Amino acid sequence: MEITEETIKHVAGLSRLEIDEKEIGKVTEQMSSIINMADQLSEVDTEGVEETVQVVDRDTVFREDKPEHWETREELMKNVPEQANGFIKVPVIINKDEDE
Amino acid sequence: MNYLNEDIDSLNEKLAQGTLSADKLAQDTVENIKKTDEKLNAWITVQEDAKPDEDLDFANNKLAGIPIAIKDNIITKDVKTTAASHILDNYIPVYDATVIDRLKKAHVTFVGKTNMDEFAMGSSTEHSYFGATHNPWDFDKVPGGSSGGSAAAVAAGQVVAALGSDTGGSIRQPSAFNGIFGIKPTYGRVSRWGLIAFASSLDEIGVMSKRAKTSAQVLNVIAGADDHDSTLSTRAVPDFTEYIGKDVKGLRVAVVKEYMDAVDGEMHEVIQKQIDVLKDAGAIINEVSLPLTKYVVPDYYIIASSEASSNLQRFDGIRYGYRAEDAKNLLDVYVKSRSEGFGEEVQRRILLGSFALSAGSYDRFFRQASKVRTLICNDFDKIFADNDVIVGPTTTTPAFNIGSEISDPIKMYNNDILTISANLAGIPAASVPAGLVDGMPVGLQVMAKRFDEGSIFQVADFIERNNKFYEKTPAGMED
Repeated sequence: MEITEETIKHVAGLSRLEIDEKEIGKVTEQMSSIINMADQLSEVDTEGVEETVQVVDRDTVFREDKPEHWETREELMKNVPEQANGFIKVPVIINKDEDE
Repeated sequence: MNYLNEDIDSLNEKLAQGTLSADKLAQDTVENIKKTDEKLNAWITVQEDAKPDEDLDFANNKLAGIPIAIKDNIITKDVKTTAASHILDNYIPVYDATVIDRLKKAHVTFVGKTNMDEFAMGSSTEHSYFGATHNPWDFDKVPGGSSGGSAAAVAAGQVVAALGSDTGGSIRQPSAFNGIFGIKPTYGRVSRWGLIAFASSLDEIGVMSKRAKTSAQVLNVIAGADDHDSTLSTRAVPDFTEYIGKDVKGLRVAVVKEYMDAVDGEMHEVIQKQIDVLKDAGAIINEVSLPLTKYVVPDYYIIASSEASSNLQRFDGIRYGYRAEDAKNLLDVYVKSRSEGFGEEVQRRILLGSFALSAGSYDRFFRQASKVRTLICNDFDKIFADNDVIVGPTTTTPAFNIGSEISDPIKMYNNDILTISANLAGIPAASVPAGLVDGMPVGLQVMAKRFDEGSIFQVADFIERNNKFYEKTPAGMED
């Protein structure tokens, strides 16, 4: 299966990752060999076989949907990298340069 | 002091008799870690102010005041938890994982957090933001991974027990490489609440220690139903220590042809010797086949990476963790924080997972892998219809040199070929020391049917009493 630089760039975009233009050749080559290793699975006959996505011994578990009092606001905000007035601060959605 | 020749029972005896205080035990533990860890780098965080709980009941609670190491992907309230990643290197959790909560109720003493491959992705503990851990048997060798810090800490006598996590062999392979016991319980036996998720259908928290009984004592405390994890089984948890000290007469032991073919020379001899010990003691040995063994590595890497790419979406630089500084807009925050915060191997797995789940690839990769997983589960069901346990090698080789495989991901991935299947099928599996090959430890893997950890403890303890590997001291720790 042929993996192109475009495929890897597309997948990186989906993953919210950026790959350095200088690295893209090496990353594509490496990902290509990993994907082709994974593609060996195509050899296995799975005609009519059900999928297994979990190995839990219970059916869907239900619980009452009731709110629980938990940590204080300060505690929950403790790990927020940037905050202002008790809110989480993020940069503008539209580019700063275009904004100015 | 170190615990090279100690276990929970021997420490508890000293504490109960009053010849050792829990305070002194905590202090000595921290001092010894600081002294020995310069060479090992088994710890990310050492709690220098470690203090035991008060009013400990040593007579009725064997775990009281016992220092235990925690892998750094298990959330600990007010104690930095990094998953060995730059993206979490300043993260201070505001709650405890269920396993930590249970250990607190058992009044163990917490001394710190152990090194690992970033987000538990790796087989050598070289993929850590905090540098590689070294194997106490030979500092030039890897300790295995991803729970390499926990394994090295136990083998080096820094602690008598450690928690690890196992998604594809991350408890068993480092246990084998360090000459200790380590068990991955059945999927659904131990709560994953507070375990930083890697692959949710495969992840399992387990225990590592020199003696099997020590792990049984800790597993007794951490196992069992939890409202915070709905994948957890509600079935009763037996007292696992009741399986210690038994014989193996009449036990039906399967030996997988493909697993034995994966090892040769001295390694094959050491493993075969353990199987012969079981046979001589009256176990019934049956040769069986797992014909899909050659496909488990691709199957696992598709499933685990797909789940990881989804689980790791939450690391976006907004609510916690590393945030890139020069971001111009919101999308930039996500992309830059993730690209700068995640290490190379983690990014590789995210890319592989996103690829396997993306339009055009889903059927050929993720769906096909999920079907092959069914066939792997069916093969185990067939074997366990006529057998109580499966035994064989845990790894194909002893520990390799630091730096020797890090640039070859596929070679590194193949380290897990003998351990992965247990995670795909959700069955319990452990590694118990089998012997030395070229001066480095190798492990015997013992697998059992779902929720039958008891048979694993029975076999591992029997092997351990026979080969007495626990009497050996790692070469690097000899004075």
